[in-house]
Amino acid sequence: MISLYLQDCTYFTRKEILRLFYRYRDLAPQLVPLDYTNHPDVKLPYELIGSMPELKDNPFRQRIAEVFSEDGEGNMTLDDFLDMFSVLSEMAPRDLKAYYAFKIYDFNNDDFICKSDLEKTLNKLTRNELTEDEVRMVCEKVIDEADLDNDGRLSLEDFQHMIVRAPEFLR
Amino acid sequence: MSEGEMARLMEEVEEKKKLIATIRNKPWRMKRRLTHLKEAQQFVDKFEGALGKGKGRKWYAYKVMMTKKWIKFQRDFENFRTACIPWERKIKEVESHFGSSVASYFIFLRWMYGMNLVLFGFTFGLVVIPEVLMGLPYGSIPRKTVPRAEQATAQDYSVLMDFNGYCKYSVLFYGFYNNQRTIGLLKFRLPLSYLMVGIGTFGYSLMVVIRTMAKNADVGGGDGDEGEFTFAWKMFTSWDYLIGNSETADNKYASITTSFKESIVDEQENQKDENIHLRRFLRLLANVLITCSLGGSGYLIYFVVKRSQEFASRDDLSWYEKNELEIIMSLLGLVCPPLFETIAELEDYHPRIALKWQLGRIFALFLGNLYTFLFALFDEVNTKLEEEESIKNASIWAMKEYYANYTRLLNDTESTPPPMDPSDVIRGPCWETAVGVEFVKLTVSDIQVSYLTILIGDFARAVIVRFLNYCWCWDLEAGFPSYGEFDISGNVLGLVFNQGMIWMGAFYAPGLVGINVLRLLSSMYYQCWAVMATNVPHERVFKASKSNNFYMGLLLLILFLSLLPVVYTIMTLPPSFDCGPFSGKPKMFDVIMETIELDLPAFLGTLFSYAANPGLIIPAVLLMVLAIYYLNSVSEAYQNSNMELKKKMQMARDEEKNRRNNTDSTNQVMKDLEDLLPNRSLAPPAPPEPGQFTPQQLCSYVKCL
Repeated sequence: MISLYLQDCTYFTRKEILRLFYRYRDLAPQLVPLDYTNHPDVKLPYELIGSMPELKDNPFRQRIAEVFSEDGEGNMTLDDFLDMFSVLSEMAPRDLKAYYAFKIYDFNNDDFICKSDLEKTLNKLTRNELTEDEVRMVCEKVIDEADLDNDGRLSLEDFQHMIVRAPEFLR
Repeated sequence: MSEGEMARLMEEVEEKKKLIATIRNKPWRMKRRLTHLKEAQQFVDKFEGALGKGKGRKWYAYKVMMTKKWIKFQRDFENFRTACIPWERKIKEVESHFGSSVASYFIFLRWMYGMNLVLFGFTFGLVVIPEVLMGLPYGSIPRKTVPRAEQATAQDYSVLMDFNGYCKYSVLFYGFYNNQRTIGLLKFRLPLSYLMVGIGTFGYSLMVVIRTMAKNADVGGGDGDEGEFTFAWKMFTSWDYLIGNSETADNKYASITTSFKESIVDEQENQKDENIHLRRFLRLLANVLITCSLGGSGYLIYFVVKRSQEFASRDDLSWYEKNELEIIMSLLGLVCPPLFETIAELEDYHPRIALKWQLGRIFALFLGNLYTFLFALFDEVNTKLEEEESIKNASIWAMKEYYANYTRLLNDTESTPPPMDPSDVIRGPCWETAVGVEFVKLTVSDIQVSYLTILIGDFARAVIVRFLNYCWCWDLEAGFPSYGEFDISGNVLGLVFNQGMIWMGAFYAPGLVGINVLRLLSSMYYQCWAVMATNVPHERVFKASKSNNFYMGLLLLILFLSLLPVVYTIMTLPPSFDCGPFSGKPKMFDVIMETIELDLPAFLGTLFSYAANPGLIIPAVLLMVLAIYYLNSVSEAYQNSNMELKKKMQMARDEEKNRRNNTDSTNQVMKDLEDLLPNRSLAPPAPPEPGQFTPQQLCSYVKCL
């Protein structure tokens, strides 16, 4: 019954949900019980989530965990875990992904991507290999290109308008 | 419950159902989703029962139950369907190690496997099985028996490897099939089915390729302006979220950094002044070199083909001389691409553009090879056709002689003599089987060469680099040979051309499709293993994105090119007189005419003869051409209006920006003006006294400043 509800809430089939559950459990077998019918309140700390091979090399893993976790610190329950992979999977539609992508790139959680957010994103992407000048130039160009309402930062509409046209966004 | 209340309740139930269906699209937290879902589900369950009371309740309850069952069935079917897609895990693993462009090759391979499987099903089920089950067995008629002269060697391994001997006279090739109009109890019309399957192969492939192309074009979201959001896209979409391996991740970081630096440099310098003449000269030189090598390879193949025609008349051939043509063609396909790549270093293009050039050149190479091969084949066919005439007469003569001898020896003209032993009948050259044999040999040698290449070029190289590194002077892993990278373009083109050969040869050798299915299956496992065990990720990891349609476009082109020879032979060349399902008819497609005359009701026959009238066909063709022209101009008009709208949006944005930037200054001027102006009274303005300005004059004065 639970999996039926979960199947309606995510883009996964029953088999995939079970597989994800076992992955979740493998991260900390002593914390996660096998029986979820009593809705135990189990949270896995961020360190365990960030060590998963799928996320280990991703520069934005911390932000991803923070966005999808309930407490905003990166500690995830099973529901959060499933939610995260459901949105990241290839079956989620573009708009949903765009919404979450916006939240991930918004480092200070103020519902706008401002210049400092962009600088942080760029540095994470290039692992601090670009010089200060280059970083500044790129961020200015990005705001120039995508900011439609001219407030010096990207709102959700600006971001969605820009990203929906990108050919490579779905990955 | 009143009518109005019931209607309202039903509306609410519908709403809740819609919520349940779209709940996964909402960007909520999982907990919130689950609570809403439970609530909605409970509401629906409770009130659906209540709504059941009243008029037509049985029908309503039944309808509800059926919908529930249908949803459950759909869900189970979806689950089943995703479980059925083969090799999903394997491909995802390759993707996480090597990025999406390498994985796109494997996805393409899997798609080809699916298409070939369907083609194999058609051929096997509709042509091979009926002939095997309901046709005459081996040895009963001349075309199905090995001739007496060859029987001694028919089982030798070397003869079988050449697809002669028992192989030649089996279901694998065209010549085995009998031309009986209907066979067996079911009156299965084999010749008709053979022709239909041959044409249907092309039709199905065409449909599938175009459908996939349309789907790809749709998902891609169309062509956005290349320059519109360069930096923003680079920042937000360059990371490949499917990478799960540190080595690939390192490469990805490096390539992202390089790509940013490139764009920054592009932005800062408007003009790359450095020696544009040198670059142009180098590019011209590179193109000249490559054209020379293409010409050289074309001539080489022509020369080898001429030689093989000479060899055909001799009998004492070494193994090399017998297979010279195939060996040379495979070697060219092996040596030329790296040669092109080295020459292309001179050109200094962006890697994606360089890849497209490389693909184009290799394509030209393979195309040249294929068509030279085809022309050689046609020469052979024509020779065989000439031979046939003489052999036909000879075999009839031999038959008459046999009967004459028989009656003479037994002095008995009453009893009918038994028919001649099948292996003794003089056989015609049967050009279709010869063509089929050539294609099968080419395919098999292609398979061997490609597997050997992987084994030696990748595996042996990796083993040597790994183990010799301990005792070598320079670092083998970082320096010269190092480990190989997966050659996407070479492999994809190989696959596409292989498929072209299959399409061409499938009409003459029905077993070829089966061989290809086996080849694709083993290739999948073999290449997945090779890639994971012996290759390293590319230095510049770039995305597959739009390349998928490029490969499909190549496939479509090859499909047309391989359709041409087959259609030509069906329409113009006469079939052999003593082998294959069309023997005895003047042209192959006469089977269709025969079927229309004999099997279908009379009015259909007259209908077809009207439809085949040129007076009807020419207007139809004209109409289609006009329709294409119309659709083309409509799509151009849409594109133009798209452009206009984009320009308008850009202008509106710029205007906003300008207005905001200039607001302060214009406001300031207006403010000053207002201070200077006299108080506005209701009386008309007094005529200007000298030394005093009207507001309009003041404005124009300020504007001149």
